[in-house]
Amino acid sequence: MGFWGQWISDWLEGLGRLTLLAKDTFTSLFTFKVAWRDLLYQIYFVGVKSQSVVLITGAFTGMVLGAQTYFQFHKVKMDTATLAVVSVSMCSELGPVLTGLMVAGRVGAAIAAELGTMRVTEQIDALRTLATHPVDYLVVPRLLALHLALPLLTAESIAIGICAGYLVGVYLLGIDPIYSWYNMLRYTGTTDVAVGLLKALIFGGIVAIIGCYKGMTCGEGAEGVGRATTEAVVYSSITILITNFFLTLTLGKILHTL
Amino acid sequence: MIEVCNLEKSFGTHKILEGVSFCINKGESVVIIGRSGGGKSVLLKHLIALLKPDAGQVRIDGEDIVPLDERQLLRVRRKFGMLFQGAALFDSMTVAENISFAFRRDRSLPQDEIARKVAHVLELVDLPGIETKNPSELSGGMRKRVGLARAIVYRPQIVLYDEPTTGLDPIASDSIDKLILRVRDRLDVTSVVVTHDMRSARRLGQRILMLHEKRIYAEGTPDEIFGSRDPIVRQFVEGTSEPTAEKGILLPYE
Ligand SMILES: Nc1ncnc2c1ncn2[C@@H]1O[C@H](COP(=O)(O)OP(=O)(O)OP(=O)(O)O)[C@@H](O)[C@H]1O
Ligand SMILES: [Mg+2]
Repeated sequence: MGFWGQWISDWLEGLGRLTLLAKDTFTSLFTFKVAWRDLLYQIYFVGVKSQSVVLITGAFTGMVLGAQTYFQFHKVKMDTATLAVVSVSMCSELGPVLTGLMVAGRVGAAIAAELGTMRVTEQIDALRTLATHPVDYLVVPRLLALHLALPLLTAESIAIGICAGYLVGVYLLGIDPIYSWYNMLRYTGTTDVAVGLLKALIFGGIVAIIGCYKGMTCGEGAEGVGRATTEAVVYSSITILITNFFLTLTLGKILHTL
Repeated sequence: MIEVCNLEKSFGTHKILEGVSFCINKGESVVIIGRSGGGKSVLLKHLIALLKPDAGQVRIDGEDIVPLDERQLLRVRRKFGMLFQGAALFDSMTVAENISFAFRRDRSLPQDEIARKVAHVLELVDLPGIETKNPSELSGGMRKRVGLARAIVYRPQIVLYDEPTTGLDPIASDSIDKLILRVRDRLDVTSVVVTHDMRSARRLGQRILMLHEKRIYAEGTPDEIFGSRDPIVRQFVEGTSEPTAEKGILLPYE
């Protein structure tokens, strides 16, 4: 086997083990009484501690989107459609994707580093000797917390993005507020919001599973932990972007045919 | 009762164990000795299925645990307590939370009962009153003793000790040895102790197994092992390095 053959077989093996972890987690969800304390702590860590990052990302994305859309639309005298564009793109694409990416960078990295350190210092083995399944104790609370927190964070980022876009459009660029607001409500459907939140739910799962997988299979020593952390961020970000494309495509098709 | 048959394990191309077989009876205490890097920790981890062998069987009370999956193993592992070589304390928890970990997961005991058990077991390992400390605040020897407390607090039927006294001063080592003996006698525990300390090997072991060249090279009561005429066993228990190693290698400044 050449370099590429080896690479592909490693990749496939990794994918297989990732799937097994996902399956294990799924089984565990049904056999295991959730440890509420751990879950609460994870929700706090994922949700509360990501506030600033998510709010800043959302606000500035909304602002730049508002400004750029206005500059283009102004040429064709469609100023009042600006906010509608901001709102639809924030709801169905930018909100979930950017929030997902930021959370992957912040939380995914932290999960991989934490679990990786636990692995190299034999703490995960110690869990196992104490008759605790590492998936029950480590993966499930993180997964649930991310599933719960990411849609909420996304909703927040969408809201702040739209507000920021509104402020920039109305107060800095002088768009008519009433028409803009009316157009925004007219062109933003419930489905846009639902699609955004559904995506966020899925991205939360991606960040949790890839972060946990990378941590639990991390290599030896400080270098292994470092590599696991980087890979967790890179892989979950890429997976989020790719999944997002396919979700947009399939959800678009489905909603279109309805 | 622990039975190990023809255990084989390699990491990559590096063979660690090759045809290791032995048997440990219920309530017995067995000491495993062997060179550093010889695979003692690896062997110990096989007994509790933290590692899976490439070939061979590990039977606990007659049940082969090698084919069991992680979730089925939870039941088997309830019989075990294990002290890791590096203590492996959970560094995000206090000492008390470490020790009471499985009690808190079970939620079968009331809080004050748990606190009482923790205080009692900390007393046993000679570290009273450190419940609220974090593992990072402890010395290496203290961590080891907390790890020991965590291993025995559930009154397991089998306790695996990986170098319980390495890194402790002679007085603390002595008290840990006595503790291991007391745990064995009072709770009727099967103990497997890996150690480099010949004095504790002699005291703790009803039987000594010597792991050498990937196999159980010698096996016997402490008196048999310490009185053995086999050159390799003799060399190990007396602790003399190869004479050739002294002559053959030049120090940097020679
Ligand atoms: N997870 C692992 N991956 C690769 N090699 C390993 C792994 N664990 C142990 N080894 C190798 O197995 C051999 C035996 O290791 P082990 O830790 O069992 O030695 P030991 O007898 O406990 O030594 P010591 O007395 O120093 O603790 C070593 O050569 C080590 O490099
Ligand atoms: Mg060892």
